[in-house]
Amino acid sequence: MTAAVFFGCAFIAFGPALALYIFTIATEPLRVIFLIIGAFFWLVSLLFSSLFWFMARTITDNKDGPIQKYLLILGVLVSVLVQEMFRFAYYKLLKKANEGLRSINPDETAPSMRLLAYVSGLGFGIMSGVFSFVNTLSDSLGPGTVGIHGDSPQFFLNSAFMTLVIILLHVFWGIIFFDGCEKKKWSALLVVLLTHLLVSALTFISPHYGINLVSTYIIVVLMGIWAFFVAGGSCRSLKLCLLCQDKDFLLFNQRSR
Amino acid sequence: MLTFMASDSEEEVCDERASLMSAESPPPRCCQEDRQGLEDGEGADQWRGQDSEDDFDEDPDHYVCGGVPGQPSGLEEELTLKYGAKHVIMLFVPVTLCMIVVVATIKSVRFYTEKNGQLIYTPFTEDTPSVGQRLLNSVLNTLIMISVIVAMTIFLVVLYKYRCYKFIHGWLIMSSLMLLFLFTYIYLGEVLKTYNVAMDYPTLFLTVWNFGAVGMVCIHWKGPLVLQQAYLIMISALMALVFIKYLPEWSAWVILGAISVYAAMVWTVGMAKLDPSSQGALQLPYDPEMEEDSYDSFGEPSYPEVFEPPLPGYPGDDLEEEEERGVKLGLGDFIFYSVLVGKAAATGSGDWNTTLACFVAILIGLCLTLLLLAVFKKALPALPISITFGLIFYFSTDNLVRPFMDTLASHQLYI
Repeated sequence: MTAAVFFGCAFIAFGPALALYIFTIATEPLRVIFLIIGAFFWLVSLLFSSLFWFMARTITDNKDGPIQKYLLILGVLVSVLVQEMFRFAYYKLLKKANEGLRSINPDETAPSMRLLAYVSGLGFGIMSGVFSFVNTLSDSLGPGTVGIHGDSPQFFLNSAFMTLVIILLHVFWGIIFFDGCEKKKWSALLVVLLTHLLVSALTFISPHYGINLVSTYIIVVLMGIWAFFVAGGSCRSLKLCLLCQDKDFLLFNQRSR
Repeated sequence: MLTFMASDSEEEVCDERASLMSAESPPPRCCQEDRQGLEDGEGADQWRGQDSEDDFDEDPDHYVCGGVPGQPSGLEEELTLKYGAKHVIMLFVPVTLCMIVVVATIKSVRFYTEKNGQLIYTPFTEDTPSVGQRLLNSVLNTLIMISVIVAMTIFLVVLYKYRCYKFIHGWLIMSSLMLLFLFTYIYLGEVLKTYNVAMDYPTLFLTVWNFGAVGMVCIHWKGPLVLQQAYLIMISALMALVFIKYLPEWSAWVILGAISVYAAMVWTVGMAKLDPSSQGALQLPYDPEMEEDSYDSFGEPSYPEVFEPPLPGYPGDDLEEEEERGVKLGLGDFIFYSVLVGKAAATGSGDWNTTLACFVAILIGLCLTLLLLAVFKKALPALPISITFGLIFYFSTDNLVRPFMDTLASHQLYI
């Protein structure tokens, strides 16, 4: 497969995440650290879910057949559960760290919980996306023909778009989740968990990319709108921003110059 | 080894150290001081002066500019947190760059993954029929390697103690010569072979000569800080590649584990012996610049990281002095982090997940170590926590996560 496929899919999957990183995170050291810690938490959650799947497989003695498929589905669902648990654990850790920072240094402005929600969501998303897609990407540089055995020739493109949507979803889920935890709105946490399960379950109908992708993108748009309002945006602020009439934003830009 | 470098108030210690440091390669300094090597005999005043010149233009609110003597001690904790995050990132960048160089080379140049003999420090072969024998051989290899390290450390400490500075200078210069010229030549040759690029000998000679000469100047004398750090990253990467090539499989992992245990042990022993009431009188002044490669015989590298662990005697009180000039990380730490990640890349059967997991684990370990450094304000070994995390994540990702992710990817399931 060509370099065009490699670069195209790489930028489709990771372009927005890279842009978000460069413009919002790379400038502040503390945010980079929280991003990496978030990625680490996702990694640990993946470790636990893989351990569960591995143990389930050894218990059933690695027999082939439909049981492997069911075990895989169970593994995916458990993994989603564990990821959300670790998101909650990260929230708790950040809460403690914030209190610690504030008690030591009351003058210095510690990052707000909303910002940390965004950073943690992005950390989870980047790690999740990278782990899902990077092996496929590196295979796309090698020789081969996609879909020669009758599978869909859009394998790489579909994976790239799926990875992109997962990264964005993690960002929005992070924001909504942390806000739910802050305001003790446990229904928000439940919705995040359910939509995550729904998105993963939708991928089970794998060769039918159309339904899969379209519904996931609808979900991401809905989540995005919800996260926007949760993070403090409003229709008015959006209008001001789009018409470049947002005085605070313009003043902020001028100040940093 | 991780320390904070504060300015030295004791002039005599300063002079000694200044004259010693002039010929050594300064450690990978990610902070913006201009602490390049001084000429022999330059005074401590000039040394400090050079530091205060270097201001942190880009982020004044994040750092305390050097050269402010006698700060009130109440500002200390604020400083701890203010410079904490920035220093962590300043260490992340060179560590990441070194790992990127090593992983890129491992994945593209086949030479460094081919088995082509072993070092004399690991004489036992791993081509044995039984698993038990292989394990035994790797443990023996590790024991030999660690004893070589201990012997070299003692030798260097003795040299340092009896002020044989010229010998140490000569050793460092010879080792960096060998790294910058011979190893670069071999590396360049292999890269050119991989990409099938023909280069004539005059061009090759010119390239290697320029690279090596500028490197020697930058490391041992003066040069732009960024260039100096780039060279230190390059030589750490070259050394790591040599280790990845010549250490047999299991021995490499056991050695990594043993090195971190050794570093932790030496640090605890050093801390136990450190008597706060006798500041600097009994301990040797800590010298992180002593991380350099040393070579026994031509072409056979001996252990590089020896110098740091047994000298944790950096008097604790000095760290409360004024100029906080940032955190230093030893070259040996760079080398071993890169060996771990490189080995993960080499043996991970084309799998990038293992490499990335080890990378994140090492960065988190470094974060934790720096956090402990900020809390305890003492020199700390940088290896144990990171290498432990790296090893845990390597083995668990390779055996547990990889099958899971591969199965998911083949069915195009997303979690």
